[in-house]
Formats: sequence, structure tokens, C-alpha cells
Amino acid sequence: MASGLTFRQAPHLTQYDQMVDGNPGLPKADMTPDEKISESTTDESGSAAAKTPSSSENGASKSPAPKARKKRKATKTSSKSSGKGSAAKRTTKKSAPADEASKKATASPAPAEKGTDSAEEQALSSWDRYQLASHKDRPRTSDYLKAVFTEFMEISGDRGFRDDPAVICGMARIDARPVVVIGQEMGKEARERHLRNYGMMHPEGYRKAMRVMNLASRFKMPVVIMIDTKGAYPGTGAEERGQAEAIARNIRDMYKLKVPVVVTVIGAGASGGALGIGLGDRVLMMENSWYNVISPEGCAAILWNDPAMAPRAAEALRLTAEEVFKLGVIDEIVSEPNGGAHLDSEATFESFREAINRNLKELDKLSTQQLLLARAEKYRKMGVFRTQSSDQQT
Amino acid sequence: MAARDEFMGWFKRPTPQYINITVPTEEKADRIPKDLWHRCRGCGAITLRKDFIEQMSVCPNCQRHERMRGWDRIRSLVDENSFEEMSSDLVADDPLEFEDKRKYTDYIEASRRKTGLNDSLIMGRGEMSGIPVSMAVMDFAFMGGSMGSVLGEKVTRAMELAIEENIPCITITSTGGARMQEGILSLMQMAKTSILCAMMEEKGVPFISLLTDPSTAGVMASFASLGDLIIAEPGAYIGFAGRRVIEQTIKQPLPPNFQTSEFQREHGFVDMVVPRHKMRSTIIKSIRMMQGREPWLEADDDHLIVEPVPVKA
Repeated sequence: MASGLTFRQAPHLTQYDQMVDGNPGLPKADMTPDEKISESTTDESGSAAAKTPSSSENGASKSPAPKARKKRKATKTSSKSSGKGSAAKRTTKKSAPADEASKKATASPAPAEKGTDSAEEQALSSWDRYQLASHKDRPRTSDYLKAVFTEFMEISGDRGFRDDPAVICGMARIDARPVVVIGQEMGKEARERHLRNYGMMHPEGYRKAMRVMNLASRFKMPVVIMIDTKGAYPGTGAEERGQAEAIARNIRDMYKLKVPVVVTVIGAGASGGALGIGLGDRVLMMENSWYNVISPEGCAAILWNDPAMAPRAAEALRLTAEEVFKLGVIDEIVSEPNGGAHLDSEATFESFREAINRNLKELDKLSTQQLLLARAEKYRKMGVFRTQSSDQQT
Repeated sequence: MAARDEFMGWFKRPTPQYINITVPTEEKADRIPKDLWHRCRGCGAITLRKDFIEQMSVCPNCQRHERMRGWDRIRSLVDENSFEEMSSDLVADDPLEFEDKRKYTDYIEASRRKTGLNDSLIMGRGEMSGIPVSMAVMDFAFMGGSMGSVLGEKVTRAMELAIEENIPCITITSTGGARMQEGILSLMQMAKTSILCAMMEEKGVPFISLLTDPSTAGVMASFASLGDLIIAEPGAYIGFAGRRVIEQTIKQPLPPNFQTSEFQREHGFVDMVVPRHKMRSTIIKSIRMMQGREPWLEADDDHLIVEPVPVKA
């Protein structure tokens, strides 16, 4: 029964589908309440009309309401009429907000298009980055495996229940050095995404990952982890087989690994689903990835009772690499080419490879004992609070 | 029902209003002063609140275990006047400057006033049958017992205290999960507390995790699932994902017993389901055994063997 349920689609992913495939999806209530968001008003004013759609309008574009569409088309033609006519046509037809976000990002290196407000365009909002992380062409774990690693051999199964295709585990080499690689795979085409369960792992997936990490620990291979998930799968089978226990045990046992662990968030990173394979000596994030306790859609649904508030939630949650770095949770941001990883995947892979190699080399210098001590200290410091006499602590 | 009444009305004498004693409806229950009486949410039985609290918030009629406030819980477990609170001065900060409908800082202030606590957890050292224990007790009344930086820090300190003094650690969870308003930092509390569990395991410190209604999400996916013993109260809601989320995902309703203590025990994730009035003796007996101490003089000698139930393979 459980495995049959696996491939059903989570409701919040319909939104993800729209984003990736660009189909308008289910008709939703007209999302004009964008007026609530202050920035949206600037879209009406003359100079800003040429600007690529702001985050609030991205939200609106998801609804197939004709009014919103028309408005968007108008802004599109006025801004993009200069050069790429075909490209503009493509985006209006597909209306994929992720594409727009990426356009917005690319606009800055090409000042020929619009020189006046390039500074404005350069600043990607949290929501833009969130959408970039879900871009349909963004490199996923399997792409990294093909491009960065050699001799990859997949290891399947948790030796208890089944193999979880949402996570890929195996041994490989990175620049001739043997490592164990673990990565959540969202998949690309619709069919693959269903089979991979959108990178949402079941308990057996976490147990498989832990089994392979223990193997790495025994044979002194460093562990390289790639996180790309919108959370652990919330289904009946997952609950029956102890999703919470699997994640908890993984976090605890990952602390005990006797080899360096480098974790990279390559796309989405949400909640325990990400942390279940996310404890490491070094935690890196790709520039346009996000990492948080909940997805903005989930947060909006809980706090605002309104999924349309997701862009606002994305701002409030501080989920971009930069903001997470500022909070002291991650160690490094791996740069991506302008406009997102999907525009120049080769460059992305190169900076990823460089970052992994450098961090592994740094961690090599530590003895096992030092490694564990540093790991414990790193997480012991997490958290911001104050004492009642209001002297700051971290 | 209405149609049936109509049909039966033919030979049914209408009940005079003045002797019509019914189970109070929601509306009527609202008129009862909140602090005087307690109406059971399960069976509707009414008890004096004072008596109800004295009976450890268990309905005398249907044995429904109502949520307990943190301090009541501590009183129900430790030896009289033996609990000494620690780290009570930690207060949540607002690193994200989070604001939804209201500011996070305002929310915290309101909760502090409402509950008289500084955050959703009380930690300290107490004694159980004379044995010192380190305790971390959540209070659901404070922002749904959510886990933010303060809760994580206090749980960590409770565990460090247990390691330092080599005394058992007891955590009592009643929580909706991680505190969204602290974003990624609340997620990191899962890592912080779980690492301490590994250290306790290494040092051989007994760790008892007591799950009460509700115990879900981030807390369940970290230290609460890592106890040497995991004890749950009857009928508590225990799970990872929320019921509504699962129902939306699988697009069908869940059976009513899904994610209860009993369900989790049957599926192998809870060691025992213990009613509240047996909780103190169960914990004392187990920590005495785990530490190789003499038997407790007041120990009861019930042989607790659970009746097997059919479980779907």
C-alpha cells in the first residue's frame, strides 16, 4: 500500500510543476491581493514599467486570470522588444516565473537592454532566488555526478525495506580521490520526477544514506553530500516506517562519522528532510539555492493561511544563501554564473569541484578526534538568544 | 437523526424542558466560567478544575489525558520541592526580524505574559525517589511548545548537565515542532540537540524521552526520537508530518487512530504507552534498573505485558 502511495503528487508541488513546466495549472482565485505588497505599485509608474516583473507580479502570473496576463505581456513587450524577440515570445507563452527570475539576473551583465535600472535588476529578491532554485534546467544531483565525479557506482537499498530512488548514493572519485557521494535527486522530466518522488525521501532513503555513510566511515572515504529537496515525504507509509526516527537517527549518527563530511545545498533545502542528510563539517550553499526550516509555500499556508503570500514568506524566512551565511549556519557560498546555474552549467560544476576539493583538503589536516570535536563545537554554537538582562549571545 | 426522531415521535413523549439534562454543547460550555470547571473534550464530563488538576488532568470518566502545563507536569513527577529551575533567564531574540501578521517580538512578549514563562521549556534538576535527574519539560501553552534557539539551548544544557553529573536525563515533549519564526536557526537546533544525544549515549547516561500530546515534526525528528527509552502517554498525537499535510498529500482521509501513541507503539517507534498515574513509578523503576540501583521501596509489581494487537504487515 505504501509504495503505491509514493508516486502521488503532493499538492504543494502542483505549484512547482507550474513553475517548471510553465503550464498554468489549476485555476486559482485571482491573486490581485498583490496590492498588499508595497513594491507592486511601482510597476504602474512609467519608468518602472520597463522593469522586468517584480516578485509580486511573478506571483500573479501563476494565476491564469486574463487581466494579470495582459498586464504582464504589456510590460514584457516594452522591456524586451529591443533584442530578443523570440525569447520574449517564448516566455510569454510559457509564463514560467523561474525564467523571468533568470532573465532578471542576466539583465545586469547586458546593460545594452536597459542601462538605467541595472542596479535594481541586479538585486535578486529571495523569491527570485527561490524560483531559480527550482528552474527546470538547473543542474541536479545526477548532473553533478556525471560532470564532477568519475567512476561513480550507485549503491542501492537500505537492506531493510527497499531502495528509495529519491536519493542517490554511491562511491566515486573526485580528482582521483575516492569519496562517497550522496545526493537527493528531484528529477527533470515529469516521469522521472514522479519516480524520484521529487527528491522527497522516505525513511528507507535516510537509512540507505546512513548505511552508505557508515561504509564511508569504515573505509576512510570522505562523504560529499548534495541537498536538493523540498522536505521529507509526508505520506502514510513514511509515517508508519518512522520518518521522524530515521531523520533523528541520521543526524545523531552523522555526528559520529570518522571522516570529513562536506554538505552542499545545490537547489532546495527544506526542514528535516534536508537536515536528515545535512550534518557536516562544512556546509556550503550554491549561490541561488535556499535552505530553511520550511518551504515558503508551507510557511505562507500556516502563518497567513494563504499560499499566495509565499513571496512574502520567502523574504521573512531569510532563506537565501547570503542570509543563511549571515546567520552563521553555513560556511561558504559557492558562486554561480550570472543568471543562475542553468545558464552555464560547466562553470557551475567547476566552482563546485573547486570548493569541494579545497574544503576536503582543509579537513584532511584534522585528526579524527579534532574533526569530531570541531563538528560538535560548530553545532553547539548554533542559535541566537539573549539573557533577560539583555546582553547578546550567540 | 432528525428523520428518525420524526418517525419515532409517534410514540415518544416529548421530554419536559426542566428535566432535560444534556451534555453541555460548545455554546453552553462557553458560559461556564473558564477557571472553575473543566469539561472533558472527549466525553463531556464536568469536573471541578481544581480536582481535575489534582488528578493530573486526566478525565475521571473517560481517562482522556488532557494537556498539562509544564510546572504541573514537573510536580506530578519529581519528589516534593526537589525541583530547582535553571537557565530560566534565556529569552528568544529575533535574528530574522520576522514579521507575519504581527511582529515575532510582540508574539514572544504576549506569550511570556500569558504563560509566565520565558520560553516554551522549563529545565532544571530534580529528584525522583531521591535520585537526581536532569529534566527538560515543554509547555505547549507557550507558542505551541515550538523549538527555537532558546529551547534548543536549554535542552542542550539539560543534557550537558546529565553528562557532567552522570545523572539520567528526562525530556518531556509537547510541541508542534520547530519555530518557523526563527527560520534556519530553529532547524539547526535539531542538529544541536541530536549531537548531545550521541554524547550521552557515548557516556552511558540514561536518557528517557517522554512523549505527550502532541509530539511532532522537528522535535520528533531529533532528540525526542533518540531516547534510550521512549515512553508515550495514551492517546497522544505523535508523528512527523501533520495530519492535514498527509491528507492533502495522499488525497484521502486518514483513519482516526493514525499517529497516536498506540499506533506508534504498534509500528515500533514507542517503547511503552504508560498512563499518567503510572508515569512517575515507571520512570523511577526504569532509571533505577538502568543505573543498577536497589529497587524502589514503593515500587508496584505489575507485570506490564502488552496484549498483542493485529498489525497490518
